[in-house]
Amino acid sequence: MALDDKTMGELREIAGRYPEKRSGLLPMLHLVQSVEGKVTPDAIEACAQILEISAAEVSGVATFYTMYKRHAVGDFHVGVCTNTLCAVMGGDQIFERLKDHLDVGNDELAEKRQGDQYSVSLEHVECNAACDFAPVVMVNWEFMDNQTPEGAVQMVEALRAGHDVKSTRGPKLCTWREAERVLAGFPDGRVDEGPSAGPASLAGLEIARERGWKAPDAAAVPVIEKGQADD
Amino acid sequence: MTDMLTPVLTDMWDVERSWTLAAYTAKGGYQGLDKAFGMSQDAVIEAVKDSGLRGRGGAGFPTGMKWSFIPQDNPKPKYLVVNADESEPGTCKDIPLMMGNPHVLVEGVIISSYAIRANKAFIYIRGEVLHVIRRVQAAVEEAYAAGHLGKDIHGSGYDLDIVVHAGAGAYICGEETALLEGLEGRRGQPRLRPPFPAVAGLYASPTVINNVESIASVPSIIANGAAWFASMGTEKSKGYGIFSLSGHVKKPGQYEAPLGITLRELLDLAGGIREGHDLKFWTPGGSSTPLLTAEHLDIPLDFEGVGAAGSMLGTRALQIFDETVCVVRAVLRWTEFYKHESCGKCTPCREGTWWLVQTLARLEKGEGSEADLDLLLDQCDNILGRSFCALGDGATSPISSSIKYFRDEYLAHLTHGGCPFDHARSTAWAGQEVTA
Repeated sequence: MALDDKTMGELREIAGRYPEKRSGLLPMLHLVQSVEGKVTPDAIEACAQILEISAAEVSGVATFYTMYKRHAVGDFHVGVCTNTLCAVMGGDQIFERLKDHLDVGNDELAEKRQGDQYSVSLEHVECNAACDFAPVVMVNWEFMDNQTPEGAVQMVEALRAGHDVKSTRGPKLCTWREAERVLAGFPDGRVDEGPSAGPASLAGLEIARERGWKAPDAAAVPVIEKGQADD
Repeated sequence: MTDMLTPVLTDMWDVERSWTLAAYTAKGGYQGLDKAFGMSQDAVIEAVKDSGLRGRGGAGFPTGMKWSFIPQDNPKPKYLVVNADESEPGTCKDIPLMMGNPHVLVEGVIISSYAIRANKAFIYIRGEVLHVIRRVQAAVEEAYAAGHLGKDIHGSGYDLDIVVHAGAGAYICGEETALLEGLEGRRGQPRLRPPFPAVAGLYASPTVINNVESIASVPSIIANGAAWFASMGTEKSKGYGIFSLSGHVKKPGQYEAPLGITLRELLDLAGGIREGHDLKFWTPGGSSTPLLTAEHLDIPLDFEGVGAAGSMLGTRALQIFDETVCVVRAVLRWTEFYKHESCGKCTPCREGTWWLVQTLARLEKGEGSEADLDLLLDQCDNILGRSFCALGDGATSPISSSIKYFRDEYLAHLTHGGCPFDHARSTAWAGQEVTA
């Protein structure tokens, strides 16, 4: 089914943010995922038409980046970091446990059981820049820090049951489609939820505060005039 | 004597609603703008040069010098692109920085764009960090509303627009020319250089690409002076930087300190290695920087000190592994990562990383023979320096350094007929949880 007028308008709006419209392709593909739930053939045609490039060129881009999906994903897409640091800290055990619990392989959608409010899919992801909170799980690209296998199972069950689950460093989790819309550049008003920083982020700052450590006082640093330093 | 920790960028992170314009302004934010607009563009570039700031994204190229390479007689538009695609394994500084203090990045973008005469700037953030993207989107919105962005900023006559651009999952887009490809709506495959982006970057126009932390350091340099920045750090590695400790330490986290601090000093602050264990190996700046060991605890963590020890300062991503960790398992996992993330453009990297995984996986299972270690080193030799970008080079770092320091451990896999380590002992919950 072709994309609706609203979506086509928003796709053109994204392309219009850039000096050359093709630059909009990555956020445009995020937007079509928020509407279609994946990158569909119709979505590829729509992007190609707006950007005046071939469908093959759009397809080539859509298949290069791992966040673009050609198959259905869950309302909540769970990514377990299994890069070395997180794997060693327990990410491997979390991923194994979730695969077993959800009865899926990598990048697969778990069965939506009778009574489940939402569906869940599972993927192992690469380093997500939260190593000081290892082992880390991402849900719809929000941080779930310092996870355990048991905690991760409880979390996916809470998500399936439709309970509110909050990111450890962010807002209440939204659905994957809602997340994709934010990535396309359409904010959802959740920016003020969640903390400024997680506990690990503040480890050094807390020590500095305790001990009164600061960067030097600018007024106390002698100003070196140009040329003087070479004398 | 400078204090051991020097919070500048992290100084906002414990402030209530630190991500808002109100909080940033209350702490003196955006004061660098008028000071910068009162200087000539070249004077801003000179100040950044004089500060000694070197790129915080890993390579350590002098930031002011990079800016001065922009040919100002080129009639095409100039662009500033912020590399916020933080993905190097172990690296986790830019993400908390943008979450807790996005306005310092926006202020840095304005001053830096002014200096290189760009009227359009892009912040390319990896897509997998939703809340960070929200915070940066909102900071840009607020800056527009406050008149810090748009037309005739602060009555200076200078115009600037910022576009926040979300990536879509590709480690390679942290490489600057691959990032430009992604920003142009293409597959993220690195370009052959020359021409360098300063001459022909985004849309073949003069482009500066800087890391988040580099750009975020600029407002403090303009506000406090180049000499203030240069009063921190070591002779050739000036200023402060965020050091990210992760893994088997008691208090993993972010520690902002002058360059040149040692791992021993950082570990002391972080409470040491977790109870009852010892340091085995560590990365100074992400997985692409050769491994170091306990014998390197006292090297100054600056560009020269780590280089002299045979590794690289990189992104100051200090991944700490204790004696429970199998180095072969660690290296295999990184190698699988490089294989997965190789963009496929250059044959030595595309094919080479595939073969590295084959060889390493066999060794890890206790199969193969000692000759496979030489085979691995030979494969590394055929990858290193033979591709357009440094991804393949990075893939060889953990392999060659681990064979250098832990050759016996590879051999132990052969004599043991598999991995001699109990991986459960390495987990964050080892010893705390009774496993049924």
